[in-house]
Amino acid sequence: MIAAETFASGESPMHRLDPRIKIISATVFAFTTALASSFPAMFAALGASLILIAVSGLGLRPVLIRLALVNGFILFFWLVLPLTVAGHPYMQIGPLTLTREGILLSAQITIKSNAILISMIALLATSSISTLGHALNRLKVPDKLVLLLLLTFRYIFVLEQEYQRLRRAIRIRGFTPGTNLHSYRTYAYVIGMLFVRAAARADRVHQAMLCRGFRGKFYSLRTFSLGTSDWLWAAAVGIMIISVGALEWSSYL
Amino acid sequence: MHISEGILSGPVLLSGAALAVVGTGIGLKQMDYDRVAQAGVLSASFFVASLIHVPIGPSSIHLILNGVVGLLLGWGAFPAILVALVLQAILFQYGGITTLGVNTVLMALPAVLCYYLFIPMIRSDKKGVFLTGAFFVGSGAILLSGIIVALSLVFTGESFLEAAALVVAAHVPIMVIEGVITMFCVGFIKKVQPGLLLGAAR
Repeated sequence: MIAAETFASGESPMHRLDPRIKIISATVFAFTTALASSFPAMFAALGASLILIAVSGLGLRPVLIRLALVNGFILFFWLVLPLTVAGHPYMQIGPLTLTREGILLSAQITIKSNAILISMIALLATSSISTLGHALNRLKVPDKLVLLLLLTFRYIFVLEQEYQRLRRAIRIRGFTPGTNLHSYRTYAYVIGMLFVRAAARADRVHQAMLCRGFRGKFYSLRTFSLGTSDWLWAAAVGIMIISVGALEWSSYL
Repeated sequence: MHISEGILSGPVLLSGAALAVVGTGIGLKQMDYDRVAQAGVLSASFFVASLIHVPIGPSSIHLILNGVVGLLLGWGAFPAILVALVLQAILFQYGGITTLGVNTVLMALPAVLCYYLFIPMIRSDKKGVFLTGAFFVGSGAILLSGIIVALSLVFTGESFLEAAALVVAAHVPIMVIEGVITMFCVGFIKKVQPGLLLGAAR
């Protein structure tokens, strides 16, 4: 099963914060951090993201598990960059030379990547997709794109079950996956069947939407209003972003 | 397939975002409201298909299938892939916000290119021709994606040169598997519901 919206329910200030502010601050924070190149700025960003995640009141364990999963890709850079980036040798392991520059570059990537990830969990994963979708709409993202996002999210779970049903069907017929043409053909047919059923379902969904008077938009009964605490949090995140930017700028002086 | 946050340089991130906006704009423009439900459900099925792990030797890889997305949605591949990436970023924190543009382009642009390059072969009635075309769609889309990943890394900094070469090399086995799976998959769809392929994005 797809574990979805693991972090979306809660009563912390982060969960209550207006989704429009969350989307804007997560985006600006991510870009500021991604463009930082000095270590003080990066550590400041990491610190800021840790404050945000602490405020969000999410359990330490689920957050750490999530981070461990995503850091798998970063591991690739640790395995490759220290060996391939030209620079001053730092350490010698047998015939392999690890360069100082390569290690620093890998460290930079790790810190920035994790700072952005943690801030995304704190700011974005604490809202449900439907809330974020409607908030994006208020932020002038085109109707059609938001509609596509909400529909896709709605049908991920249905189609995942469809896929599991097909998988059970091939298992029951004695299918054991392996590295051979037969396995690949079987997977391809399962995927093909998934698309065929998805298309048939889409037709029914479209008809059902028309029956209910669909005119190109999903309406939300929720009204968004910005209260004092929303502005305070917006200011707080703004200060964090400015500090990261200022530290980065001061490294050029 | 994604590039994580915190790796690419500003200019690369911005050009990715600009290209993604243009591609998504064209895709949305070509997709009228009658097709949104179709595109949404198909984009959900790609999201699910990309969670399928296929064995390769002692290990396994997950499928990408951007070639098939292109065949079914044409330019609609841009918004469909963008939406799937937004969901992955929010639900699992795969990919991210700053890399959203680059990641959309690296999967959707090959999908659209392969659609235009190979759709005449796919439309053919000769089994040998459309199966060969489908293989090239699947493997070509992955090859182009790998090249875009490598280019984004190289444009970010010279120091990523070897890592970029390694990324392209790592895509070779995926190319073969995606090619084979796309070939069988398109063959199946052509037999069961050919309208799904040929009617798309026309």
